[in-house]
Amino acid sequence: MSRSPGRKQENHKISRELFVLTYGALVAQLCKDYEKDEDVNACLDRMGYSIGIRLIDDFLARSAVKKCRSYSETADMIAQVAFKMYLGVTPSVSCSSATGNEFSLILDKNPLVDFVEELPAERASLCYCNLLCGVIRGALEMDRLKGDAVTEIGITFLRKPEDRKHRRNK
Amino acid sequence: MDARFTRGKSPVLERALGRPRSELSLAAFALLFSELVQYCQRRVASVAELQTRLARLGHHVGLRALDALVARERPGRRETKVLGVLLFVKGPLWRALFGREADKLEQANDDDRTFYVIEREPLVNTFVSVPRENSSLNCAAFAAGLLEAVLGAAGFPARVSAHWHKGTTLMIKFDEAVIARDKSLEGR
Repeated sequence: MSRSPGRKQENHKISRELFVLTYGALVAQLCKDYEKDEDVNACLDRMGYSIGIRLIDDFLARSAVKKCRSYSETADMIAQVAFKMYLGVTPSVSCSSATGNEFSLILDKNPLVDFVEELPAERASLCYCNLLCGVIRGALEMDRLKGDAVTEIGITFLRKPEDRKHRRNK
Repeated sequence: MDARFTRGKSPVLERALGRPRSELSLAAFALLFSELVQYCQRRVASVAELQTRLARLGHHVGLRALDALVARERPGRRETKVLGVLLFVKGPLWRALFGREADKLEQANDDDRTFYVIEREPLVNTFVSVPRENSSLNCAAFAAGLLEAVLGAAGFPARVSAHWHKGTTLMIKFDEAVIARDKSLEGR
């Protein structure tokens, strides 16, 4: 198959600003369309889910990783490979339950909030990054890790930098 | 910035405006954009309305992208001529946002208010396939809204629309006042 000379096949990257600003525009539009924060959060989660079920294919095609043998391996894979590939950051993983099926992903530098200073007072319970939760949930379900994949997001203010915790219950 | 004025404000404002630290994968953006289009599609009744919604979202992005970009690419200098701002759009702006310059910049033969930015394959349309019944839909309406916001915020109010022509053409129609001002600047 011949390729036109102008086309860059290896250029699979886009500017981070474009992505972050587009996400911001989407959230702003949702806030305008829905009055309640829960509706916005639910919508973001649903969108993230649809993205996740497609993202997993792209991830598996590009990373060629082996099958994960345990939940902690899966959590590590998400943090170190997937997040790095798609968002350019590596959250740290910590296990928060004795049975080994709950993990927290802590993002020190969340690229989605690059341009976000603070949420307006009337949107206090808005989970700005809920899309990420949906993505993780969708991706895992498609990867044959079915079950009660409920992803919960909690915002904890530790020290000055804001950490976002994603907790995954299975 | 003097700490007296920013104490208590978020660290985002104090960060240096360096080069963007990393680039993200196209797949992530493409999927996000597809969700965005699907969301808009569910809430509109016509193709024209869908394009308007996309343009509005692009507007939101463009407004916020301009300041940071100008500060980085043209520190201390603001474009005052139409040609200058168009070349800035075609080159640095497009490169910073979409990874490559726009293919062509043309002026209409018969109208000095109208310019065209032409791209064979715009980034936002990379994974978009348009069904026949929606064939007038061009998701580059998002880029059109973005460009309209950028030009407006830079002091060159214009109307920008996306068309299927030589790939995708963004037609820029400047306000009369802009062209008149430009002509008077040339006269000096």
